[in-house]
Amino acid sequence: MFLSMNWISDFVDLSGLDKVELINRFSLSTAEVENEIFYKGKDLSGIVVAEIKSVENHPESKKLHLLKVDAGGEELVDVVCGAPNVRVGMKTAFAKVGAKIGEIEISPRKLAGYTSNGMCCGEAEIGISDDNSGIMEITDDVANGTNLKDIYEIEDIVFEVDNKSLTNRPDLWGHYGIAREFASLACRPLKPLDVDNLTKYDALPKVDMKIEDKLCYRYSCLQFENIKRAVSPVNMRIRLYYCGMRAINFLADLTNYLMLEMGQPMHAFDSRKVGAIRVKRFSEPFSFTTLDEVERNIDENTLMICNGDTPVAIAGIMGGLDSEIVEDTTTLTLESATFDAVSIRKSSVRLGHRTDASQRYEKSLDPELTVPAIARFVKLLKTYDCNVEVVSSLTDEYAYRYDTVTLSFDKAFVDRYTGIEISNDTIVKTLTSLGFEVELNGDCFKVVVPSWRATKDVTIKADIIEEITRIYGYDNFEIHTTRSPLYPVRPDAVKRDEEKLKDLLVKRYNLHELHSYVWQYADEQNALGIPVEDNLKLSGATNPNIETIRRSLIPTQLCQVRTNVGYAPEFGIFEIGRAVEGVDGNNLAVEKKNLAITLYSKVKDIKTLYFELRDILATATDDLKHKTLGFVPTQPAHVYEHPVNLNEITLDGEVIGKIGIVHPVVNKKIDKKANIVFAEIDMKKFSECENASIKYQEPSKFPPMTYDLSLELGKNDLFSSLRETWEGIADELLRSTKIVDTYDTEFIHSITVRFEFGSNERTLSSAEIQDIMDKIIANLNNIGVKLRG
Amino acid sequence: MDEKIKGLKLQLEEELNKIKNTVDLDKVRVSYLGKKGTVTELLKGMKELSGEQRKEFGKKVNELKQLAAKKIEEKSEELKKLEIEAEINSMPRFDITTPVDLERGSYHPITLVQRQCESIFKSMGFTVEDYSEVVTDYECFESVNIPKHHPARDMQDTYYLENGQLLKSQTSAAQNAIIKKYGKGLKENGVPIKAIFPGRCFRNEATDATHENTFFQMEGVMVDKDISISNLIYFMKTMLSEVFRKDIKVRLRPGFFPFVEPGFELDINCLICGGDGCPSCNHSGWLELCPCGMIHPEVLREGGVDPEEYTGFAFGLGLTRLAMMKYGVKDIRDLNSGRLKALAQFTDDDRE
Repeated sequence: MFLSMNWISDFVDLSGLDKVELINRFSLSTAEVENEIFYKGKDLSGIVVAEIKSVENHPESKKLHLLKVDAGGEELVDVVCGAPNVRVGMKTAFAKVGAKIGEIEISPRKLAGYTSNGMCCGEAEIGISDDNSGIMEITDDVANGTNLKDIYEIEDIVFEVDNKSLTNRPDLWGHYGIAREFASLACRPLKPLDVDNLTKYDALPKVDMKIEDKLCYRYSCLQFENIKRAVSPVNMRIRLYYCGMRAINFLADLTNYLMLEMGQPMHAFDSRKVGAIRVKRFSEPFSFTTLDEVERNIDENTLMICNGDTPVAIAGIMGGLDSEIVEDTTTLTLESATFDAVSIRKSSVRLGHRTDASQRYEKSLDPELTVPAIARFVKLLKTYDCNVEVVSSLTDEYAYRYDTVTLSFDKAFVDRYTGIEISNDTIVKTLTSLGFEVELNGDCFKVVVPSWRATKDVTIKADIIEEITRIYGYDNFEIHTTRSPLYPVRPDAVKRDEEKLKDLLVKRYNLHELHSYVWQYADEQNALGIPVEDNLKLSGATNPNIETIRRSLIPTQLCQVRTNVGYAPEFGIFEIGRAVEGVDGNNLAVEKKNLAITLYSKVKDIKTLYFELRDILATATDDLKHKTLGFVPTQPAHVYEHPVNLNEITLDGEVIGKIGIVHPVVNKKIDKKANIVFAEIDMKKFSECENASIKYQEPSKFPPMTYDLSLELGKNDLFSSLRETWEGIADELLRSTKIVDTYDTEFIHSITVRFEFGSNERTLSSAEIQDIMDKIIANLNNIGVKLRG
Repeated sequence: MDEKIKGLKLQLEEELNKIKNTVDLDKVRVSYLGKKGTVTELLKGMKELSGEQRKEFGKKVNELKQLAAKKIEEKSEELKKLEIEAEINSMPRFDITTPVDLERGSYHPITLVQRQCESIFKSMGFTVEDYSEVVTDYECFESVNIPKHHPARDMQDTYYLENGQLLKSQTSAAQNAIIKKYGKGLKENGVPIKAIFPGRCFRNEATDATHENTFFQMEGVMVDKDISISNLIYFMKTMLSEVFRKDIKVRLRPGFFPFVEPGFELDINCLICGGDGCPSCNHSGWLELCPCGMIHPEVLREGGVDPEEYTGFAFGLGLTRLAMMKYGVKDIRDLNSGRLKALAQFTDDDRE
């Protein structure tokens, strides 16, 4: 919304103050002002009123005229002018020789053979409207030679307030409310509005009007006749133009002017079309043509203004074409009303039509405004058109009143909230300047909130704090830390593990952390032959790529791997992100936080890569938990899983994730020449697993003894199944087992296991070790494992 | 005999002169001093001599033996020196100035700024909370005083799910749970609620260089008996100065958010021009960074904390915005692009 400093100054005397400084303070105390400030008319000088005394056609040009104008000097001035609307006796804006319009300085100039000693100006040229159809016509009775700036408010400082920052301030949608803020900031009084006294029409008949719907809070109206004036006064037109509105005709301009001044939207009907005003909704949808000649679908939720049963306007949004003021309108009905804010917003969203009026109504306007707005309207109407007659008494139905808001608080409350010292006197002055009625007893305040702030904006004590502090100025706050007591803080287990894992994966294994979206990438997945898996969906989604929530991060990562093919011959990526596994019994999403890792390599063979991933997970688990991961073969459940080497990952016997190789079909679509492996673990399960404590073992003074055993295994036998053959036999002496050699042929899979024994008390004897090993060998035989050679 | 000893001396010297390596020297040592060496043989021959002769001869041979040992040792030292010298000279000179092929992983930039913010608040005794991404209408809106018909609840802004839940549109969705979680400690033991919760938020909007439907925020709350606006400004200024590692000027403007009262928009002086005005800050010298305010009494009450007794502040820092500002990322879409070309550049940045 654009605001005019001249307009504001109508209501508060800001003379002697730095206006730009005030605008900055307004931005910090009230609402955000856009950065650019417009200095209207600043670059304009030497423009005077001049009268055209004679007009001759240019002998060679059809367009040009040769004029003699009276610019207030002793002699008439010769001017060449191309405007179509020149005529003798007309007064216009005239740029004398030496005048400045922006960068241009007017000097005598030859035009088609004739010298022009100045220039007649159009309104667009001097920047007071967008009318460039001809030169300005001045109808006011002013002496020739009068500087235009002396009679019209051409010079102004205009600034723009971000509408979003006015969302909660219905009172700031007009200049008068803005002026109240400036008055408070400048510590100067706010002048009352100059209004007509409406009681003098009380004897006149009422308008037939009735509110038939609770969505209309108040409806006030008045009828007029005999409006003769067609064109608005120049200053009014300038203000409208500077504030971003086009002048239309006097009546339309005046309703707009009132809206920009008081924030109250108004509408004028042709009284012939609106004899019996009814405000209501219809039970059946219908179509309705608004005055912008657009046919709109109205549903049963949209509040309408009607003439009896015939709709004539969409309440709070726009009037209808049929009841518009036309040339032969003689009597008109002025509406000034208040409607339910939510209803107007919803209707406006439904219609896809947001107007200056609906924009204001949706902020919850003050119903107290409707009558003063009419009184002000009448005042201005009569000021500018003395023929006007009011032909009805004020007709006003006040169906819904907001409660008066009274708030009580004490100085200690303010001190506690602010953390600084603001005196009682400052508090009283500030609130009073904003229109609050303040009563102070000792340190206790009782405050009545003005109606224009009481529709929803100021309802609780904390709101009063805002009023006091914003005017006090946050820049003036002394800042300090709290005096709260200190207590130890325990980090969240998942967060802690998350950060440690990230460090380990990045620093030790050179993996890259990526982020992704929580929904399945339909197009990208389809390109890899991974269909979108059914899951919880966004409602009303229109884009299949932003529709179904993912169940796993792996398909996302495979898409990411594809994106990065060509980045390097090998890389690994990871993410700790969310996935959802459908809904639970209460229809709530089962959300998971997973760690997913995918390794890609054109360099390493699949076994090396697979074991690299296993080692990453095992090392991380050992590092964070001092525990060993288990792996249990499982069957594929997704198209991207290779059926061989797919394993569930277990920790403390609980399944926490999965590790596998990418299925060749998918793998080939990503990269024919690369190997890709993946793993995903559930962070919550991982974190819930308790950290085993470190068991310190004193280094033994006695030499360890080793015993190598070469075993022949079946193709699918797992090392983990051998472990039980030595577990429990000599746990206190068996220090470690490791595989020191493997030997594979087409038929046999053979490994050599090295057992290391040791004791901290004595040197072990060969016989003792042999005895243990015999038992182990017997156990191995029992499960069908043969010793080799 | 003397002749023989003399001859041997000369012979040894001659042989030693010819020797170029320790292996040959060892051979010489053996040929003179070994069990069957010339000197040892001489000593063996002593048995044939008688008394006085034997004594004198023995003395001379021993002298010879010591001399030989000494000469050989000297030669050995000399050779060792030469060998080390040769080894030194044979070391090629490497070009250490060649480009380094860094093999290392990377963090997502959000992780980096998130950690920086977290460590600052952790150092001031705040807990770091984790929260889900799918939340209920109650968590996201109702519990934080966003009324039923508020525009924020409209379809076009929020990603609602088929089951009636939604993807959280703001980290404030966690406020109620946090206040409830720590409210007991506050009321019973006087432990202030001090928590931050970084998290991913979702808004249904078209993406371009400055708009994303998925982004990160970090919410912070502090609730205690006398938490004030002055405290809020202090914490915001301190945190931001720490994050950017320089004194950051902040300013507060009134801002309207249903969950705070008073509510503010917090601006910081432009990091690029320092406040003089430049294209980045639209020539204003200020950048809008984070909404904040005093927690609305209704929000406290809904969390079971009496607003007459306690006050608190809350803020919602745009981590994504912060990361972009900090690292000069111009296109917000790069962050979720998964492209390593862009994202592999972010290594550890936890300088404390």
